[in-house]
Amino acid sequence: MSQTLDGGLAAEAAAGTALPAPRRRRREETGLARFLLRRPGLVLSALTVLAVVVAAFRPETFTSADPLAGVPAHRFQAPSAAHWFGTDELGRDVFARMAHGAALSMKATLIAVAVAFVFGGLVGLVSGFVGRWVDDVLMRAVDVVLAIPALFLSLALVTALGYGTVKVAVAIGVASVASFARVMRAEVLRVRQAVYVEAARACGVRWWNVLGRHVLPNAIGPVLVLATLDFGTAILGVSALSFLGYGEPPPAPEWGTVIAGGRNYLANAWWLTALPGLVIAATVLSTNRIARALDGEWARRR
Amino acid sequence: MRRYLIRRILQAAAVLWAAYTVSFLVLDLLPGDPVSAMAGAAQDQASFDPAQFARLKHEYGFDKPIPVQYADYLGRAVRGDFGDSVATGRPVTTVLTEALPPTLQLTAAALLLAVLAGGGLAVLATWTSARWLRQALLSLPPLGVSVPTFWVGLMLVELLSFRVHLFPAFGDDGPRGLVLPALTMAVMPGALIAQVLAKSLLGTLEEPYVQTARAKGAGRTRVHLRHALRNAALPALTILGVLTGMVLANSVVIETVFSRNGLGRVTAGAVGVQDIPVVQGVVMFAAVAVVTVNLAVDLLYPLLDPRIVMAGRTA
Repeated sequence: MSQTLDGGLAAEAAAGTALPAPRRRRREETGLARFLLRRPGLVLSALTVLAVVVAAFRPETFTSADPLAGVPAHRFQAPSAAHWFGTDELGRDVFARMAHGAALSMKATLIAVAVAFVFGGLVGLVSGFVGRWVDDVLMRAVDVVLAIPALFLSLALVTALGYGTVKVAVAIGVASVASFARVMRAEVLRVRQAVYVEAARACGVRWWNVLGRHVLPNAIGPVLVLATLDFGTAILGVSALSFLGYGEPPPAPEWGTVIAGGRNYLANAWWLTALPGLVIAATVLSTNRIARALDGEWARRR
Repeated sequence: MRRYLIRRILQAAAVLWAAYTVSFLVLDLLPGDPVSAMAGAAQDQASFDPAQFARLKHEYGFDKPIPVQYADYLGRAVRGDFGDSVATGRPVTTVLTEALPPTLQLTAAALLLAVLAGGGLAVLATWTSARWLRQALLSLPPLGVSVPTFWVGLMLVELLSFRVHLFPAFGDDGPRGLVLPALTMAVMPGALIAQVLAKSLLGTLEEPYVQTARAKGAGRTRVHLRHALRNAALPALTILGVLTGMVLANSVVIETVFSRNGLGRVTAGAVGVQDIPVVQGVVMFAAVAVVTVNLAVDLLYPLLDPRIVMAGRTA
C-alpha cells in the first residue's frame, strides 16, 4: 500500500542525506570504496541481509540448538551467552527458532515479491505497450484494487485459499500487484516514446523484439527498485498474517508465529517478543536502506 | 461545479461496484464455499447429514450458477444487505454496525495522533537550523515504517503497563485503554505523513514567494507556519484516503494484540472460520470508507487551493 509512496520519498531522503559527494573524477574502485565508506549504514544493511539469507539456507551456521525440541529444565531463561535470545516456555532456544524460521519467512517473502513482480510487471507491460482500451481497462482495474486496503485484500485471499506459508505469501503478493503494474506502465510509457524505439520500429523490427530488446530492458530498472522496496513490505505483511495465526501451524518457527507465541508471557519474559521483533525490524530496515541506495543510484544515472 | 460533482460521484460508485466484483471473484470463485468446508469438517462425525448440508447450500444460494449468484448478491448489496454470517447466522450488516463504534473511536484517535505527531515532526525537522536535530528527526519516519505494528503494540504494553503501570494492558474499552492501541496504530500513518509533509515543505520553502515574505520582514517562524505550511499541507492531504484504509486494516492486528472488541476482531474471527459474507462485508466497508475519503479530499481540494481548475482534473 505504501511502496510507491515510500519509493519517491526514499529517493528524496537518500538524495538529501547521502548524495552531495564531491563530483570530481576518480578511478572506479576508489569511487566504490569511498561510496561504501561514506555509508556505513548501507554496509551494515548488506551484512544483515546476507546473514538472513545465510540463515535461510544454512541455519546451522549460526546455532547448533534445535528449534523444535526444547530442554524443559531450561525454560524461561533470560538472554545469555548460551542462549542469545533466551529460551521460551518449552525451553527452546529463541535464537535458534529465529535462525531456522528465516527459511520459512524468506521463502514466503520471495514468493510474495515474485508474484507481485511477475503479475504486476506483466499487467503494466501489456497496459503500457498495447495502450488504447486495453490500457484503460487494466488501469481502471488497478485503481479498484488500490481502493481495497492491502491487508484486507490479503485477508480475503487467505479466507478463500486457506492457511499456510505459501498461501499467505500469495495473498500478500497479490495485494502488491497493483502498485507494480502502475510503476511498470509508467516506465513503459516513458521508454516507448524514446527515439531509439521509434528508430527500431522504423527499421522494421518486429514488435516482440522491440518489446524484448528495447522497451523491457530500459523500463525494468525502477520496477526492480520497487521489488527491493517491496521486500520490506512483504516481510511485514507475512509476519503480520503469521502473527494472526494464518501461517504454518504452531511448531513451525515462522517469525510472526514466534512473536505471537511470546505474547502470552509478555509480563515475565520480555525477550520472547522483543528480540524476535528486533530481528524483523532490522531485516526490513536493511532491505529498505538497500532499496534506497539502488533508487538513488538510478536517479543519478538518468 | 455540479457536472464535476456528478462525474466524481459516478466514478466513485463505479469503483465501488468494481471493488464488490473483485471481492466476489476472490471470495466466491476460489475453491471452497463455507458450507462445503463445514461439511468437510463434519464428514467423519456420526451426526453428518448430507441432505441437511444440501439444504444449507440451497439456503445460502451456493448451488446456483455463478452469474446468478453474482447478480443476486449485487442486488442485495446495493440495498445494504450483505447476507447472513455463516458462523452465527446473524445479518452481516448488524454484525458490522455493532463492531464499528470502538473501531471508529480507535481509528479516529490514531489518525488525529498521526496527523499531530507526523505533522509536528515534519514542521520541526524543516524549521530547525540545527543539522543534527534535523537528521535525527528525519531518520525517525523510515524507522516507523520498518517495524512490525503488532510488535510496537506488544512493546508498549511491556513497557507502559507491565514495567510502569501507566495504562491497562489488555481488554479495557475505556478512554485509558484507548491510549496504547491508538499510539500503536498511529506509528505507521504518522511516519508516512511526516515523510510526505517534510518533502513538500522542503520544496515549498524554495519557492520565490517564501523569499518575498522573508524580504518583507516576516519572521522565520511566521514564514514557516503561515506561508509555507499552508501550501505544503495540501499534497499531504491527498494521502488521507490511503491512510484511512491502512488504519482500518491495521485494526485487525491491533485489536488482536490488545484484545479489544471491534471491526478488526470480527474480521480476524471471520477469516478464521471462513465466514465469507462477513469478510466481504468488511472489505466493502473499507472500500467505501477509502473511496469516500478520497472523494471528500478531491471535492475539498479546489476550495482549499483555488489554483486547481476542476474541469481539467480527471480521476
